Amino acid sequence: MPSSVLTRLRRLQPYLRRYKKRYVIGLTALVLTQVVGVTIPLVIRRALDRIQHSTTPLGRLVHFGPIVDGLLFLAGILLALQLGKSIFLFLTRWVLIGISRDVEYDLRNDLFRHLERLDARYYTENRTGDLMAKLTNDLAAVRNIVGPGIMYSANTVVLGVLAIAVMLYMDPRLTLLALLPLPLASLLVKFFGQKIHERFEKIQALYSELTEKVRESLAGVRVIRAFCQEEAERRSFDRMNGDMVGRNKGLIWISSFLWPGLALLFAASTLLIMVVGGWQVVRHDITVGTFVAFTMYLMYLIWPIIALGWVTNIIQRGLASLGRLWKIFEAEPDISDREVPEHPLNEIRGDIEFRNLTFSYNGSPILKDINLRIPAGTTVGLVGATGAGKSTLASLIARLYDAPAGAVLVDGVPIREIPLRTLRESIGFVPQDTFLFSETVRENIRFGKPSATERDVERAAETSHILPEIGGFPKGFDTMVGERGLTLSGGQKQRVAISRAVLRDPRILILDDALSHVDTYTEEAILRHLTRIMAGRTTLMISHRVSTIRHADWIIVLRHGEIAEQGTHEELLALNGYYADLYSRQLIEEALEKEA
Amino acid sequence: MPDGFHEEEILGKAYDGRLMRRLLGYLRPYKAVVFFALAAIFLFGLLQVVPPYLMMVEIDRYLDPAGRGRVPAFFLHFLSPHPLTGILQIALVFFIPTVVITFVLQFAQSYAMQLVGQKVMYDIRNQIFSHLQQLPMSYYDRNPVGRMVTRVTTDVDVLNDLFASGVVAIFGDFFTLVAITGIMLAINWKLALMTFSVLPLIVLVTMAFRRAVRESYRRIRIAIARINAYLQEHITGMTVLQLFNREAASYEEFEQINRAHLDAYKDSILAYGLFYPAVEFLGVLAIAIILYRGGVEALSGTLTIGAAVAFIQYSQRFFRPIQDLSDKYNILQSAMASSERIFKLLDTSAVVHDPAAPRTIEKLRGRVEFRSVGFGYQADHRVVEDISFTIEPGETVAVVGHTGAGKTTLTSLLLRFYEPQEGELLLDGVPIRELSRSDLRRNFGLVLQDPFIFSGTIASNIRMGTPGISDEQVREAARRVNLLPFIEALPHGFDEPVKERGATLSVGQRQLLSFARALAHDPSILILDEATSSVDTQTEILIREGLRTLMENRTSLVIAHRLSTIQNASKIIVMHKGRIREVGTHQELLARQGIYFKLYQLQYKDQELPVTEAASRAGNSMPELAS
Ligand SMILES: Nc1ncnc2c1ncn2[C@@H]1O[C@H](COP(=O)(O)OP(=O)(O)O)[C@@H](O)[C@H]1O
Ligand SMILES: Nc1ncnc2c1ncn2[C@@H]1O[C@H](COP(=O)(O)OP(=O)(O)O)[C@@H](O)[C@H]1O
Ligand SMILES: [Mg+2]
Repeated sequence: MPSSVLTRLRRLQPYLRRYKKRYVIGLTALVLTQVVGVTIPLVIRRALDRIQHSTTPLGRLVHFGPIVDGLLFLAGILLALQLGKSIFLFLTRWVLIGISRDVEYDLRNDLFRHLERLDARYYTENRTGDLMAKLTNDLAAVRNIVGPGIMYSANTVVLGVLAIAVMLYMDPRLTLLALLPLPLASLLVKFFGQKIHERFEKIQALYSELTEKVRESLAGVRVIRAFCQEEAERRSFDRMNGDMVGRNKGLIWISSFLWPGLALLFAASTLLIMVVGGWQVVRHDITVGTFVAFTMYLMYLIWPIIALGWVTNIIQRGLASLGRLWKIFEAEPDISDREVPEHPLNEIRGDIEFRNLTFSYNGSPILKDINLRIPAGTTVGLVGATGAGKSTLASLIARLYDAPAGAVLVDGVPIREIPLRTLRESIGFVPQDTFLFSETVRENIRFGKPSATERDVERAAETSHILPEIGGFPKGFDTMVGERGLTLSGGQKQRVAISRAVLRDPRILILDDALSHVDTYTEEAILRHLTRIMAGRTTLMISHRVSTIRHADWIIVLRHGEIAEQGTHEELLALNGYYADLYSRQLIEEALEKEA
Repeated sequence: MPDGFHEEEILGKAYDGRLMRRLLGYLRPYKAVVFFALAAIFLFGLLQVVPPYLMMVEIDRYLDPAGRGRVPAFFLHFLSPHPLTGILQIALVFFIPTVVITFVLQFAQSYAMQLVGQKVMYDIRNQIFSHLQQLPMSYYDRNPVGRMVTRVTTDVDVLNDLFASGVVAIFGDFFTLVAITGIMLAINWKLALMTFSVLPLIVLVTMAFRRAVRESYRRIRIAIARINAYLQEHITGMTVLQLFNREAASYEEFEQINRAHLDAYKDSILAYGLFYPAVEFLGVLAIAIILYRGGVEALSGTLTIGAAVAFIQYSQRFFRPIQDLSDKYNILQSAMASSERIFKLLDTSAVVHDPAAPRTIEKLRGRVEFRSVGFGYQADHRVVEDISFTIEPGETVAVVGHTGAGKTTLTSLLLRFYEPQEGELLLDGVPIRELSRSDLRRNFGLVLQDPFIFSGTIASNIRMGTPGISDEQVREAARRVNLLPFIEALPHGFDEPVKERGATLSVGQRQLLSFARALAHDPSILILDEATSSVDTQTEILIREGLRTLMENRTSLVIAHRLSTIQNASKIIVMHKGRIREVGTHQELLARQGIYFKLYQLQYKDQELPVTEAASRAGNSMPELAS
């Protein structure tokens, strides 16, 4: 266990090393705080002894004047010492706790940067809620090791050593006696600390489930209401909520027992001093001042020992959290620039090729033996049944998932050898399910090109034929679109997404069913604009509507992950297969309608 | 970065009587336990004064011969004159019982209060969650999900701190302070007053601390809220972020928010770092006063050494709670902020109230009527206006129109997600306002434009927890939407796990799944809002075939852009910019040569090309496109 603790802590080393100097300052201040602090009871002892000495029958003979002056002097010393202690204490806390916030800041930045590198697969396998919890709760727990954890551990050690040393110096036997109950205290802390830790972890697990439950139930509120599931949701929430109380009960009694239990052990120490120390005073082995100083040192020791329990708790929780955080850091993206050669391609014309491409997410292949070349500047239409693998094929071009090595080439180069940045910079992607950020319409449109001018944004909005509608919004381009674009209609969202892609002026344009929520009239208008934009660009257009893709240079029909048919509109009609069937169905429908 | 949507209003107030009273109201059901805990802590506070007192008696009676004369009479009589016996008497008769009782009281108090804390949390969580279930949809439009989740989770935890450690501990500290003050005054009122002379200084320090902390606390809360919102959104949209090479830019944005958080904290660390040592210094100032003044009095015989020692110990016990005040302050401040937000949510009254005595429709025929309905998401901006139409029982009505024309809005009004500002909606002649919402909605099967998939299984997504839907019905629903072959090919079939938001399904499959969900509930009235927009034509035709019998004597409202989908509608409503512009059958509308006619022409103009012409153009294919 201790060695694994160390290896786990070692992960923090690079972060701690950055603040080495400040650690030295902080820890020095901490030692000085305690060194000064530990002398304070000695001053009080001295004062008491003086007073007692002069109140004995013998002492009464002495003139009081110098003693009073002496007391004043001692009071002054006391204040001076405490002033020093307070200053060092301030320094300690300010520096050491400050470092922990700096480390938290660094870690949070690094985590975010790392998350930005992780790929789509990681995000389907990890729940958003869990990731959020890691970046907040777990990070806080790790920060607690770095700050209070280190500070209080050091404090306990330093203060413990100093106080016990002084006590030993004053009276070794009484010291040993007074410290007798302390090992018990540390056993208590260890035993209960472990139990607290275990139960706490279980509570945390349930807590994260509860959070996820709430999140989903709120995000899916329309469906829940439409299907009258409010009561069922309430019941299942109530059940989890009740479980939380149940699990907490197990923790409550332990934590309620621990602190009073420790206090009781200290009372035992005090008792020993009262009896044995008192008896020693009576026998003139020690002075009243020493007796009192002993009880004061005991008071000093209470806090560090209690802190010990608390610190073990902090460290254990922090280590568990550290492990979870490191799972994020250790997750290496499958998709990276690993295979990029020294002199990579840095400009893309837009020639795309699939070579014997077979692909699966996990298990059965979704795409099978795809061979296809899309020359730069041409437009390819992709049709096929739902789940045929169209979106998958599109996502492979942008390397959202990685196809087997050498199966996808751009400009004749395997895409794994093209820097991700270069590749994606040259792609304008309109995903099938639109995701907008809760910012203004303008920010969303220029998402991929923050440097775009107002004119560029307007032109992009015009392309997707959303400009007039934006003009109709009370705040125009400054309209906030709400979470995921909630306050826009489906077609408006899609068109903002199209504008966002077009604005990048990409060599390759991928439209994955990008007009599904758009009415025919608007679609027509968009297509008119797009045809102009698409000239000279490679375009992959996925659609279910023949009308959208019939003018494409080449049309692919995908069936169960295989290319079933390909050719121009006319060729495919002549082929009399799936495509011709689709087409004729529409003709028949139209004819039927006309007759009706 | 414009961030109004995620901004939280955050107050820095540490104490607000109104909020506190309301919070304490949650303790009412557990009154007995709370009183018990208060009694325990009251006794605990009193017992705190005993050990130093015993120490004083011991010193004065046995350790310092000079003090013997001033030992309280009771102890003088009770205790044995022999030192060892006497000291043992003090220990066994007084000290041990005191600390044991203290232990029991502390344990009982802590257990009772933490238990109450848990129960209160349970109550508040349930209350918030239930309330959220009742809030109108417009509330959901205005508030990000992450924020509402925080209300139910983190904000309530903060309150727990208040109940479990905060409130009662403050009472405990208060009792202790009162008891110590009393006993110090009793022992030596002059010295006691001199000791208390540092209190004004403490008040000053505390006030300065409060001022410093309040502002940074506010900044911290804002920064945390922003960090959470930013993370939540960017983790969900990570793919988009990567597709658009926003890594560097987003990192910078994030770093800025993170930096604001750090800076705010640095300021508060400074305040906390100063407060604690300052109070400790003042505590020692009091001890110095006791040493000097007490010493002088001891020399003149008006104070015993034991009393001086007791004074020192009392003053330590006196200042410790004040030192801890900074932590308590933190708890209090967080609790006030959280409760403020929780109450604000709870006070958001549901606009859509169920009528006190809802009417019920015995046997639904399925007649839907819109009567001069006008509605806008914002009060001053109508999205639909003057909408009147009826759907007769068993009829299929289609709504067409450009995106943003207000079609989805109509369905939302029908399900009472929103309340119209003008006009009314009727179901079988009964205003829907007079029905209970669940009665109303039970009759509808809604397929939303944006399918929402829950994590769980395929089957649980179709069944949605509605009791009484058999496996056979689930299967039948999947079959009707042509999803059965796909599901059967999955390793676990209907029990195949589904990820958050259906991430491992194609978008079309998600749509079909949500379609199956509606069918499995066998609704009287079917609402299809572009229900097959992401589905291929062939599947769509299959579904239509499958639905034909099902829709025959069911009222249906169909929204679609593909006019082919709506051809068998008995009535077509054409919406334009929030108003109904044309109503009629397909033929009537074509004859009118209006908007519908234009839509129709656009959509079918391609198909009007004769096939022969198409074939003749086939020669112009691109030779270099090789497979
Ligand atoms: N992230 C994923 N993990 C596992 N399976 C997936 C994932 N995304 C899609 N699939 C599956 O791959 C198949 C093809 O999906 P997709 O390419 O989206 O189809 P479509 O042709 O409708 O665009 C579907 O059966 C779908 O369930
Ligand atoms: N929740 C909402 N909050 C504010 N505005 C909305 C909301 N939902 C839709 N809108 C606005 O109302 C108008 C009509 O939207 P909608 O009914 O979804 O159109 P349709 O379904 O015809 O495409 C659009 O301009 C849209 O921006
Ligand atoms: Mg798809």
